[in-house]
Formats: sequence, structure tokens, C-alpha cells
Amino acid sequence: MSEQAPGVHTYHPREFHRQAHEALDNPQIRANFRKAMDGLMAKRCDSFDDWDLEALRELGANIRLRALARLPDLLEQLEANCEANGVRVHWAEDGDEACRIVREICESHGATSVIKGKSMVTEEMHLNDHLEEAGIEALESDLGEYLVQLNQQTPSHIIMPAIHLNTDEISRIMHDKTGIERTRDVDAMTAAARQQLRERFMAAGVGVSGVNFAVAETGTLCLVENEGNGRMTTTVPPVHVAVTGIEKVVEHLRDVPPLYSLLTRSATGQHVTTYFNMIGSPRKEGERDGPKEVHLVLVDGGRSDIYQDDELLDTLRCIRCGACMNHCPVYTRVGGHTYGTTYPGPIGSILSPHLMGLEETRDLPTASSLCGACGEVCPVKIPIPDLLVRLRQESVGEGRGNVAGAGVKRSRKELAAWKGFQWLATHPSAWRAGTSMAGKLRGLTPAKLGAWTRHRTAPKPASTTLHALVKQHQAARTDKEECR
Amino acid sequence: MSARETILKRLRERADGALSAPESDFSVMTGRGWSPQERLARFEHWIGSVHGEVIHVAEDDWTGALTTLLVDKGVRRLALGKRHPVAAEARLALADAGVALVDVDRDIEQWQREQFENVDAGLTSTRGAIAETGSLWLWPTPDEPRLMSLVPPLHIAVLDAATLEDTFFDVMERHEWADGMPTNALLISGPSKTADIEQTLAYGVHGPRELVVIVRHATAADSHDTRPEA
Ligand code: SF4
Repeated sequence: MSEQAPGVHTYHPREFHRQAHEALDNPQIRANFRKAMDGLMAKRCDSFDDWDLEALRELGANIRLRALARLPDLLEQLEANCEANGVRVHWAEDGDEACRIVREICESHGATSVIKGKSMVTEEMHLNDHLEEAGIEALESDLGEYLVQLNQQTPSHIIMPAIHLNTDEISRIMHDKTGIERTRDVDAMTAAARQQLRERFMAAGVGVSGVNFAVAETGTLCLVENEGNGRMTTTVPPVHVAVTGIEKVVEHLRDVPPLYSLLTRSATGQHVTTYFNMIGSPRKEGERDGPKEVHLVLVDGGRSDIYQDDELLDTLRCIRCGACMNHCPVYTRVGGHTYGTTYPGPIGSILSPHLMGLEETRDLPTASSLCGACGEVCPVKIPIPDLLVRLRQESVGEGRGNVAGAGVKRSRKELAAWKGFQWLATHPSAWRAGTSMAGKLRGLTPAKLGAWTRHRTAPKPASTTLHALVKQHQAARTDKEECR
Repeated sequence: MSARETILKRLRERADGALSAPESDFSVMTGRGWSPQERLARFEHWIGSVHGEVIHVAEDDWTGALTTLLVDKGVRRLALGKRHPVAAEARLALADAGVALVDVDRDIEQWQREQFENVDAGLTSTRGAIAETGSLWLWPTPDEPRLMSLVPPLHIAVLDAATLEDTFFDVMERHEWADGMPTNALLISGPSKTADIEQTLAYGVHGPRELVVIVRHATAADSHDTRPEA
């Protein structure tokens, strides 16, 4: 990764707890997220008004399952159809290999400037840093991504990258970095960004985009967006490179409308986005615009590992709508950067451990109250809470052991404590002796109990155990008992 | 082994065994059964909700409405095709209207900056529209290329009321998209927009600031009247 400018805050999943504290202490962050998430939840709810939502979610889940069940065949079919359409297909085992492929395409065209449409997988593989090291400038064109890039930050939400910033902060960023007059007028700031980016679209040698759905049956790449920067990125520069995770493939074209319906409503509560852009091929003979070359880069990046396990597999159904974060009480309070990963919130907590290993991400599966909201709103019915529990088990070495870094949180002390508790709880006389002893020695309980007492007072064992209380109560009622 | 082979091999030799694919029930995506009037009302409601303007005109007089619109919007340079009947009829009607007609049958490399900086509006035909979401569908052609509906600040789209259908799924099935997709297929639902600055909606961030749909209704007794009921 390239060096960060001085004063730029970097986040890391290992520092989750510290970062969460900082975020919780920042009223601005909390207010920005609270406001945005409340609005998004209400809008999502309204947007499904006319629908049999359960039937639609069932269909969405089922389409994704079917695609995963046939994944290797569909990837080959996608490749064959893309190639037949004139789209060149590349495969990358990891992010580094994918970065290399994109860089080589740029270099083969002598491109020194790349314009980017929103793409989470390129965030995941740190493409911008990689290109910059090779002397190729990569500029984000989605307004939110552009602002975040100007501010030398990373996105804090997968759909709304700049959701952590408010109008005043954005006004300051645009003034400081692009020299426009300070203003609180959103239209004026939007118009300025339009002007700045139009030049860049014209100058870019290569456009890099993500993919929302890749259709195996026809070799079609689908992009969902509101701004038009995605269409610009995939139409204006002479070369278009689409980058996608291997799980984004769907079998049939008819699988697309249900997923699109679910995606826009779940993400932002929109009944539809402004543009649905379906790319079939490079510019054909006689056509007047569009890129002359289109490439598709298929990135594994840990996905084929997730694919091996029947339970974890569900993670790959995700269509990246962000609804799970919008509804997550933890995400809403700590914000996206706190997670220190490309994908924050519940989806990030079940995905990042596979991409980065549990060593780095050990705290993320615990960043949840298991309230279940994420699983309930997920448009493709991913049982997120179950997967969080599974990853907690993996992290303490009680799972199947097939996640990198499994067992990293296994602690001898904790294990011994639970073993002891288990023994006590299954031996009644020892239990009674122990609890009555604890009651007698209650004055000796330490006032500080590590993490527990950081925000709570230390619990004191009761002087009389529940068992003893029940006994006294029963004795008092003996007469009645005898009457029965 | 190449990355391709490695990935496919790993997927095929899945540790927990082969997966079985479920059947899908698509009934929730279709069967709306809306009347032409209902369809039109829904289309207009939804595209209006995202800032799209709709103008209803009789089929045989649509160019009159176009001329008025161009004057109202102050359009001086209009980009349009030549062969499609929409473009051909517009060209005839606008011959003396004081609007410069910009040819788009040129490779973009020859006139990119002109298109980005010096065109006020793009006029396109549409293949149809979707009532459920208020979306137009376009398959750009050499006569009406991809950027015409994106780069100029105003996009004027001409839609025949009879081509409205209920859902995206219906359009795709009825027109057998899966049998042959074009270079680029588009759904367009309103002008370009963003809410990236503190959730405040702003239009025209990269694409058009305005989208006007001229809905042409069949005239005379030759067809059913699809105009909204008064
Ligand atoms: S896990 Fe579900 S709710 Fe979360 S982003 Fe993915 S599809 Fe959306």
C-alpha cells in the first residue's frame, strides 16, 4: 500500500475496540450515521409496499443458491459467451494477481490515467494504490467515492461511501482540495464535481468498473447506478475493464430482474435506480461510441475457500445491498470505518474473516448483539446471525477449523473456567457448597473485573442463594402443600 | 496450473460435496394484469417521482410538441439520429425552427469535446417502457449511439404509449432478450441523480439534469386510446 499522507487516519480490524470507542465518543459521526440509517430503514420498508416480499426474497435466495450450485459450470459458460461477444476474460486467484492484470492492460495501452466506477472488489484488492505505484493515476468518479478519495479516506458504507461526512465537512473538503468557493448548496457542489470529472472522463485511457450481475447465459455484465458515472466509465474511455468476484455470476438473464428489484429496494429504498446498464460487447463495426476493448477480470480472492463449506457458502449469496448495515445497531453507532475492513457491518463481519483471516478480524464476529435484524432484512436470506455464531466458534477453536486463523481466540484460562463451570453445574452437591461459600465470602469480591467493570459495577454474589430462597419460600407454604 | 484451472478445480472438488440446484418460481415477477390506462398512470407516477417529465401528445402531432419543448427549454443545439423515424420526422419538422441539428453519425473520437461541451439536448427513440418502475428501455444503435442519452444536459425520449409493458421481467421474456443481447441495453428511469452529500438529492451529477418523455398516443379510430382518463 502506498504511504498515507500525514494526519490521515488509518483503521485496522485488530483495533476494533479502540476504534469503536473513538467513534462512540464522536457525536458528529454518531449523528451522521443515525440520521442516515433511520432514513434508509424507513425508505426500504415503504418500497416493498406492493410486493409479496417473502416470495421475492425466497426467489432471490433461490437464484443465488442455484448460481452457486452450478458455479464452476457457469463461470465457464460466462467466459465462453463473453469471449464470443468479443470481451476478453481473465482469471485471478487473488487481489494482487487481479491488480497486475489491470495494470498490464493499462500499460499495454500506455494509459496513465484511469477513471473508476464504484467497485467494492477493487477496494478490496487496493487497486488504486497498486496503480499509483506503477505511475497510473486512478480517480474515483462516483460522487461519494470521489469525495472520500479527495479526503484520503476509504468508504464507510458499501452503497453510500461518504455517509460519514455531512454537508459542512464535504464543503470544506471540496474547497480545500479542488479550490471551489465554500458553499452549503448541494446543487452547486454537485455541479462543480460534474465539471471536474467530465474532463477526467475524456482524458482517461481506461475505465474500470465493478459488476453487479454477470449473466452466464448471454455473457452480459450488469451495472446498477443512479449517477451515470458508471455509464460514463464503461462508455467514454477507449478501454473498459470490469472487475468482479467469481460469485457474482447468475445463470439466466431472467434471474436478473428479481435480484435488481431486491437490490435497489433493500439498498436505498428506491423502486428502481436511474440506470440499469447491461454491457454485451465492445464497440462493433459501424458503431459510433463505446470502448473498443472490454475486459472482464474474475477474482477469486478467498471465495473458493468459503465455497468449500456448506454453512459458510451462504456468505457468497450476498448481492452487496448494504441493508444489513443499515439495520445493524452496532454499525449505526460505530460507523463503517471502525471495522477497519473494506466491507463493514454484518456482511463485513461474516466476509472479512475469510478475506483476511481470523487472526486479524477476530473481534468482528463479536461486533453484534445477535438481534437478528440483519438476517431478517437480507434480500437473499443469508442467515447472518448463524454465521456470526459459527465464526465465533471458529475463532475459539470450536468450529470445523476451516477458516484461516481458526482458534486464534482460544484461551487456556477461559477454557478451564468453562470446564470448571460445566463440572460444577453437573454436580449438585458441589454446586450448592460452592454457591453458599460464594455468598459467605461476598465481601471479598474484587472491585475490578477486567473488561466487565470498565462500564459496569462488579457483580456481588447474593448473600442467600436462589436455591436457599426457594427452600425458605417452600417452607413457609408447607401448610398449603400438605392440604393438596 | 493457470489461475483459471486452479479456481475451477477448487470449485469442482468442493470439500462438502456437490450442491444441488433448486428450481425457481418467478410468478412474483409477472402477471400484473394492468389495463393500458393503469399502466400509463403507473409509468407516469413512478418516472415523475424521480423528476422525469412526461408530455402526452397525439401521434400525428408530436413534432409540434417537440418544437415547443425545445423553445421552452432554450435548446439551441440538438443531437439526433437520421434513420430512425423519430429522428427523421424531427429533422423534417425542425428544419426551420432555429435549432442547430447535430449529427451523431460520427465516430465519437471526432467530436467528443463538442458533444461534452456544446450540445444542449439529445433526442432518442425508445424501444418501450416499464410501468412498474417508470423505466424506459433503449438499445442504442449506430444511428442513436450510447452517449446521446447520457452526455447532454437534457435527454428527450420519445415513447409510444402502446409499447408500455408491466414489468422488466415481462419485457425481457416477451422480447426474448436472452436470444440475442445488443452491445448495450439500458433501462433509464429519470435524470442522473445522487444523494451522496448528506442524503440530499441532487440531479444531473454526471448525466442529464433533465429527462423529458414525449408519450405518443395513437390517434383516430385505428387504435385504442391510451391516454389517462380525464
Ligand atoms: S448480506 Fe444480505 S443484507 Fe447484507 S449486503 Fe449482502 S445481500 Fe445485503
